[in-house]
Amino acid sequence: MDLARRRFDAVIVGAGGAGMRCSLQLARAGLRVAVLSKVFPTRSHTVAAQGGIGASLGNMTEDDWLWHMFDTVKGSDYLGDQDAIEFMCREAPNAVYELEHLGMPFDRNADGTIYQRPFGGHSANFGEKPVPRACAAADRTGHALLHTLYQCNLAARTEFFVEYMALDLVRDADGDCVGVMALEMESGQTVLLESKVTVLATGGAGRIFAASTNAYINTGDGLGMVARAGLPLQDMEFWQFHPTGVAGAGVLITEGVRGEGGILLNALGERFMERYAPTLKDLAPRDFVSRSMDQEIKEGRGCGPDRDHVMLKLDHLGAETILKRLPSIREIAMKFANVDPIREPIPVVPTIHYQMGGIPSNTNGQVVAPGKDGASAVVGGLYAIGECSCVSVHGANRLGTNSLLDLIVFGRAAGNHIAGALAKGAAHKALPADAGEATLARLAALDARSGGERTQDVANDLRRAMQAHCGVFRTAALLDEGVRKVAEIAQRAERVAIQDKSRIFNTARVEAIELSNLVAAARATIESARARTESRGAHARDDFPARDDANWIKHSLWFAGASVNASALQYKPVQLTPRTVPSFAPKKRTF
Amino acid sequence: MIATSPVPRPNAAASAGTARFRIYRYDPDRDAKPHMQELEVQLHRHDKMLLDALMRIKSDVDDSLSFRRSCREGVCGSDAMNINGRNGLACTTNLRELSQPIVLRPLPGLPVVRDLIVDMTDFFRQYESVKPYLVNHTAPPEKERLQSPAQRDELDGLYECILCACCSTSCPSFWWNPDKFVGPAGLLQAYRFLADSRDEATNERLDNLMDPYRLFRCHTIMNCVDVCPKGLNPTRAIGKIKEMMLRREI
Repeated sequence: MDLARRRFDAVIVGAGGAGMRCSLQLARAGLRVAVLSKVFPTRSHTVAAQGGIGASLGNMTEDDWLWHMFDTVKGSDYLGDQDAIEFMCREAPNAVYELEHLGMPFDRNADGTIYQRPFGGHSANFGEKPVPRACAAADRTGHALLHTLYQCNLAARTEFFVEYMALDLVRDADGDCVGVMALEMESGQTVLLESKVTVLATGGAGRIFAASTNAYINTGDGLGMVARAGLPLQDMEFWQFHPTGVAGAGVLITEGVRGEGGILLNALGERFMERYAPTLKDLAPRDFVSRSMDQEIKEGRGCGPDRDHVMLKLDHLGAETILKRLPSIREIAMKFANVDPIREPIPVVPTIHYQMGGIPSNTNGQVVAPGKDGASAVVGGLYAIGECSCVSVHGANRLGTNSLLDLIVFGRAAGNHIAGALAKGAAHKALPADAGEATLARLAALDARSGGERTQDVANDLRRAMQAHCGVFRTAALLDEGVRKVAEIAQRAERVAIQDKSRIFNTARVEAIELSNLVAAARATIESARARTESRGAHARDDFPARDDANWIKHSLWFAGASVNASALQYKPVQLTPRTVPSFAPKKRTF
Repeated sequence: MIATSPVPRPNAAASAGTARFRIYRYDPDRDAKPHMQELEVQLHRHDKMLLDALMRIKSDVDDSLSFRRSCREGVCGSDAMNINGRNGLACTTNLRELSQPIVLRPLPGLPVVRDLIVDMTDFFRQYESVKPYLVNHTAPPEKERLQSPAQRDELDGLYECILCACCSTSCPSFWWNPDKFVGPAGLLQAYRFLADSRDEATNERLDNLMDPYRLFRCHTIMNCVDVCPKGLNPTRAIGKIKEMMLRREI
C-alpha cells in the first residue's frame, strides 16, 4: 500500500461540535489545520442533538452558574471533577453568546433574547425547582449548532479531509503523539498525517449496544486508537440510558418534550415519576428516570402487548406548541412509531445514548495518563475533546444539555491552548522509523484473510452481549459471564474476513476496522463495570445497590494490554475541590 | 448477478418476510460499466425502513454493496438515493410504501464514485459559493444579539436543510449546469442568510446571484419541493430572492 505523507500544525480527528469548535479557533489563529472526518462534517452525530445547550443566561427566570454547577455535580453522582465542572458552567453563557454571534439560529423570546426551556436535573437555587436553562433552536439544536460551526469553518478556510478514517496514533519514543495514520475512503489509500498536535474528537461508541440512539458512525474510533496506543480509558462503565428512545426503533425523543411539559405514563395511566421524584418529577436526571421506568416495567405496569415500554404523553401541550417547539419530534413519532403526538402518546423505552467515560483529559483538552511515577502526566502532542474524552464533567451521569456545552467549551479551550502552545514556535518532532507499519500490517492482514466470519455477525454478537450483560441493572454473575463472552468475541473480531476487496470506497473494510474499535470500547466498559462494586449514577448494581463513597469516589482507568487477557485497571482520585468556590460534598441524591 | 439468500443463523431474529431489489452497481476497480443487480433479502422483525433492508443486505447477503449512512433518523442527510425513480432518504422511507422490486440508483446527475455513492463536489461547491455564513461586521454586544420572534420566524423552513442533495439532483436545471446554476439547496441557504435580521451583506449576496445562470436558471419546475425529505420549499426561497432583487432595482 502507498503511504503518502502530509504535514500540518494540527490534525483534528472528527468534525462534530467539539472538533469544529476547536478547528475554528485554530484556523482563526492562522494555524495550518486538517480536520479528518469519516463523513461530511454536517453529518457528524452532533447533528442529532435535539433539546438544547445548557447555560445560566437567566433569560426566562433568574439563574446562576453556581446553580448550574451544583446540578452538574449532583447529577454526576459526585464522580465529576469539580474544577472542570466549575470551568464549564462559568464559561457556558459566553460560549453560548459566541454561538449566537456566529449566526446560530436560536429560538427567541418576545424581548429578542435566546429562548430557554427546562431540562432534566437543572434546578434553581440548589434543587428547589426546575429552571429553564436549555438554550434551544426548536428541537434541532444540534443541527443548528453543527451547521453554524461548519459554515464558520468554511469562512475561516479550515482544511477538511472528508471521508477520511483515522486508523492509529503515531507516537515516538518519548510517548509523544507526532501524527495519525488515516485511510482515504474514496481511493483506499493510506496516508500519514504528521502534526505537532493531534486532537481526538471522535465522539462516543454508542454502537457497542444493541439498542442505541446513536448513529452508525459512533463506533468509538478514538477510543480504539488510544487503547491500541497503550493509553487508558477512563470511567467507561458509565453509560447513559436516555429515558425516551422510541420503543423498537431506538430513535431519540428529546428530554425537551418533558421540558415543554410532556409526562410519562404507565399502563395504568399514572404519572409515575411523581412517586420517584416528588420535586422534579419527569424532569429528574436521566439515570433516575430510566431506572424508574425500568422499575415500572419490571413490576408489570409497562404498556403494550408485551408490557415492555411506557408512554410519553404530550397532546395536552397543544398543536401550536408541538408544531413550534417540537416539530422534529412529531416527524420522528409519525415515521418511527406511527403515532401523531398531537393526538396520541409516544411509546418509549430507556435506550443507550451517551458515554460519560472516555479518554482522560484535563480542562485544556490535553490527554493525561499515569506517568512513570504513577501520577497523572500530560501526553505530549495529544488532545481529546467532546464525547470521546473524559474531563470529567459528567461523572457517573450527564445532565441533558451539558453534552453540547461540553463540546463548545472544551473545543474552544483546547483550541486556545493549542494556539498558545504552537505560538511558541514548536517544530515537528521526528517520526519514528517504523511509523505506521503496525497499521499497514493490520490492514494487509484484513485484506489477505479469506473464509473468516462476517464483520456484522461478530458486531451483532458484541452488541447483544453488551445489551444483555451490561444494561440498566447489573450483577456480578451477569458481568462475569459478559466479560467472558466479550473476550471471546474480541478474539473472533481478530479473524473477520471481508468479501469486498475493492480499493474504491470500501465500506466493508471500514466496518471491519470499526469493529476493532467497538471491541476496545466494549471491553473497557464491561471490565470496568465488573470491578466497580457499588451503584453510582448510570452504573446500577443489583448486588451493590448503595453508593459507596468510602471506597469508590475514584475514576477507573482501563488499559487494554497487549492481549485480551492482559488488560488492567487502575484508579485515580476525583477532583472534589473546585477552582474558586467551596466544594459540594457528596449527599444522597433525591429529586 | 443474483446473490444467494443468507444462511440461517441461530441468533437471527424472527423473519418478517423478504424484500426484492434491483440495485445499480458500479465498482470502477472491477467493473467496465455499471449494471443492475437483482437480489432478495430476508427481513427481521424490526426492519421497517429501506435503510434497515440495505444494512441487512450488506451484513447478510453482499458486503460489497456501497452506500453512505449515519444517523438513520433523517437528520444527517447521508443516505439520499433514487428510490423507485424518486429521490429520498433510505432511513425515512418505509419499506411498506415501496413497490417491489425496489429499484435503487444513485442520485441522478452527479458522477458515481461507486454503487449508490455519488461525488458531491459540484453540489457542495455551489453551496459554498453563496457564502453560507453570517456576515456581520458590527462588534457583537456582550450578550446575544437581539432578534424578535417574528424576525427569527423568517429562518424557519430555511435553516433546517440537511444537505442531502435530493433537491438539486432532481432539478433538470442543475443537471444541465451543475457548475453554473447554484441549485435549490444552495439557493435555499443563500436566502437563509438574506432573511437573517443579523446579516449585513444583503447587497453582496444579491450581487453574487446577479447572473444569467446562478439564480435565474430556476424555471420553477418544483421537483425540489416535491422531493425534499424535510418538507422545505426552495422554490419559494428562490422567489423571495428574485423579489429582493426586484425591490432593490426600484
